[in-house]
Amino acid sequence: MNRTRAVVGLGAAILVLVAAIALVPVARAANPIKIGFGMALTGGLAGNGQGALLAMQIWKDDVNKAGGLLGRPVELIYYDDQTNPSTIPGIYTKLLDVDKVDLVVSGYGTNLIAPAMPLIMERKLLFMGLFGLNNNEKYKYSRYFQISPGGPQSALSFSDAFFEAAARQNPKPKNVALVGDDAEFPQNALVGAREHVKRLGFQTVYDKTYPPNTVDYTPIARAIKATNPDVVFIASYPPGSTGMILAAQEVGLEPKLFGGGMVGLHFTSLLTKLGPKLNGIVDYGFWVPEPTMKFPGIDAFLQKYQPAAAKAGVDPLGYYLPPWAYANMQVLAKAIEATKGLDQAKLADYIHANEFDTIVGKVKFGSDGEWEKGRMILIQFQGIKGNDIEQFKHPGRQVIIYPDQYKSGNLIYPYAAARK
Amino acid sequence: MFSWDLLANAVVAGLLLGGFYAAVSLGIGLVFGLLDIANIAQPAFLVLGAYMSFVLNEVWGIDPIVTGVLLTPVFYLIGAVVYRVYYGSFERRGDEGLRGLVFFFGILFILEVSLSLKFGVDYRLVQAEYIGRSIEIAGVGIAFRYLIPCVMGIAMTATLYLFLSRTFYGRAIMAVSQDQGALRLMGANPVQIKTIAFGIGIAAASLAGALLITITPVVPSTDRDYIGRMFAITVLGGMGSIGGTLAAGVILGVIESLMATFFGPSWAPAVSFGILLLVLAVRPAGLFGR
Repeated sequence: MNRTRAVVGLGAAILVLVAAIALVPVARAANPIKIGFGMALTGGLAGNGQGALLAMQIWKDDVNKAGGLLGRPVELIYYDDQTNPSTIPGIYTKLLDVDKVDLVVSGYGTNLIAPAMPLIMERKLLFMGLFGLNNNEKYKYSRYFQISPGGPQSALSFSDAFFEAAARQNPKPKNVALVGDDAEFPQNALVGAREHVKRLGFQTVYDKTYPPNTVDYTPIARAIKATNPDVVFIASYPPGSTGMILAAQEVGLEPKLFGGGMVGLHFTSLLTKLGPKLNGIVDYGFWVPEPTMKFPGIDAFLQKYQPAAAKAGVDPLGYYLPPWAYANMQVLAKAIEATKGLDQAKLADYIHANEFDTIVGKVKFGSDGEWEKGRMILIQFQGIKGNDIEQFKHPGRQVIIYPDQYKSGNLIYPYAAARK
Repeated sequence: MFSWDLLANAVVAGLLLGGFYAAVSLGIGLVFGLLDIANIAQPAFLVLGAYMSFVLNEVWGIDPIVTGVLLTPVFYLIGAVVYRVYYGSFERRGDEGLRGLVFFFGILFILEVSLSLKFGVDYRLVQAEYIGRSIEIAGVGIAFRYLIPCVMGIAMTATLYLFLSRTFYGRAIMAVSQDQGALRLMGANPVQIKTIAFGIGIAAASLAGALLITITPVVPSTDRDYIGRMFAITVLGGMGSIGGTLAAGVILGVIESLMATFFGPSWAPAVSFGILLLVLAVRPAGLFGR
C-alpha cells in the first residue's frame, strides 16, 4: 500500500515537474512587451490624439496577429494627458515605476513631448516622438527620434516650402505678414518663418501673435490687411485656422499667397465644414491622397483605419496623423526585431544606423533624431465643391505643389484666382 | 498704422463681440449675480447648447440660431431639474458652500465627458448661409456671424430686463436675491422662484451656445475657455445687473478689438483683466452693482 502510494506520489511529482517545465516557455511567451505613453484623448489636441491612438492599436493588432515581437505579444498602456503638459511627468513616472513598461513613446505634439524629455533623459530611455517640433534642439539627446518629416532643422523646414513657393513667383512678392497662436508649436514655426523671410529678402510688414482662446479674428485680419501684404503666413491651431480663414474672407484680406502653417485644415470635420472656403489656401502637409504619395502599405492601413475611425467617432479620413503614428511604431518594431531585445542603447544605435520602410515611405533619422533629410510637402486646396466628404478621398483636392519630387499639380497663383 | 477707418472698424467689431459676450454671460449673471449660486457648470451648458445646434444643423440642416431658440424650453426644464437636485441635496441643508461648488464641478465634468463619448473630440462647426459673409456700411465691415449673435445678445438682454422689471415672476426673482422671508410674506415660494430663475439661466446659456458655434468651432472642452470670461463680465458689470452685463461685455469686446487692431492681440486679455481689477478697486460692486 505504502509502495503504491509512493509510486503514485512520484508519478504526480514528475507530472507536476513536467507540466511546470512545459509551461515556463508558455508563460514567457505570454509575457507581453509593454509600451507606454500618454496621449491627448481629451482637450484641444484630442481630435488628433484619438486618431493616433487608433492607429497605434491597429499596429499592435497587426503585430500580434503576425506573432508579436520577439515571440511576445505587444501590449499598449496609455493614459489621457488631457492635452495638458503638466500631466506628462506624472504619467511617465507611473508608466515606468508602477506599470513597469518596457518602452515608452511620446504622445502627440510638441507641447506634450517637451515635459517628458527631462525624465526620459535622466533614465536614459529610447523615446520615439510623435510630431514634435524642435523638441531636441537644445537637449541633443541621442536616444530621441521624431517621426514628422521636418528634417534636421524642423522649425526652418516647416515653412521652407511655403516661402520657397512664394519666392518662385514672378514677379516675386515683397511684403510678408506673419501671425500665429501664442503657443509653443506656432511660436517655433514663426521663428523658422522669420529666418526664411530674412534669407529670401522679403520685407516683414506685420508680425504678431494672438491668445489661443481668441474669439474674434476680424480685427487681426483687418490690421493685417492695412499693411497690404503680398504673402500672409499663419501658424495656428484649429480654432485660429478657422477663425483666420473666415475673418480674412469677411474683411476682404486677399494676399497673393495665404496659409502656411495652419493646423486643423486636414481634419475631416473642418475640411467638410469649410469646404469651398478652403480653395486657394496653401498649407503644409505630411501625407495626402495624391498619386505621388502611394507608399507600400498605406492603402491597406487606411482600409483598416477608416471603418474603425467611423465607428470610434474619430477623424474618418485619417490622413494627417494616423499614418505617422503607425509608422513610428513600425520603426520601433523593426529595431526590436533586428536587435533581438529591448536594450534601450542598442535600439537607439540601430535606429540611428538604419533606414526604415514604413507606410509613409522610407525613413532615415539624423544625429539629432529628426529626419536626416526633410520631406515636408506644401499643398494647395483646389476645386473643392460643396461639403461632401467623398471628394477628399480622391486626388486633386489637396494638390502637392512642392517639393518637385512629390509634386502632383501646379500652384494656382494668386490666391484670388484659386478662389474663383 | 493708425487710421480712422481702422478705428471705426475696430470699435464696431468690438461692439459686435460685446453683444455676443453679453449673450454668453447673461445666464451666469442671473444665476450667480442674482441667486448667488456659483454655477461653475454654466459654460458646460453653453457647449451642450452648441452641440445640440450642431446635431440639428448636421441632420436636418436647421439654422443653428433657430435651433437655439427652439431648444430653450428643453434647457429650461433641464435647469429646473438641476436646481431642484441642488436645492434638495445642498441648499436646503445649508451645505451649498463648498459642497454645492463640487456638485457643479461634477456636472461640468459629466457633461464634458458625455459630449466627448458621444461626439468624439473633433472640432465641430455648423453651416449657415451667413457664415463667412459680411456687408460694408460707410467703410465699416460687419461680419454676419458676429452681427447676428450681437443682435441676439441685445434682444436677450432686453427681454430678460423687461421680464425682471415688469412681471410678477421677474420681480420675485429680484426679490429672492434680497429677502426670501419678505418674499414668502408676499405669497411667493422662494424655491419655486429660484427654480424658474435657474431654468432661465440655463436656457440662456444654451441659446448662447447656438450663437457660439456660428462663430467658432467647438470641442467638448471649449467650456474651459469661457469660465473666466463669463464670471469676469458678470463681476465687471455688477452682480445682478442685467444691463451691466451687456455694458461689461461691450467694454471687454471693444478693448479686445482695439488691442488686437493697434497693439497686438496678445495684449488683449492682460488689458481686459487689468481694467477689471481697476474697476473692482474703485467700485467693488462692479460698474452697475448695488
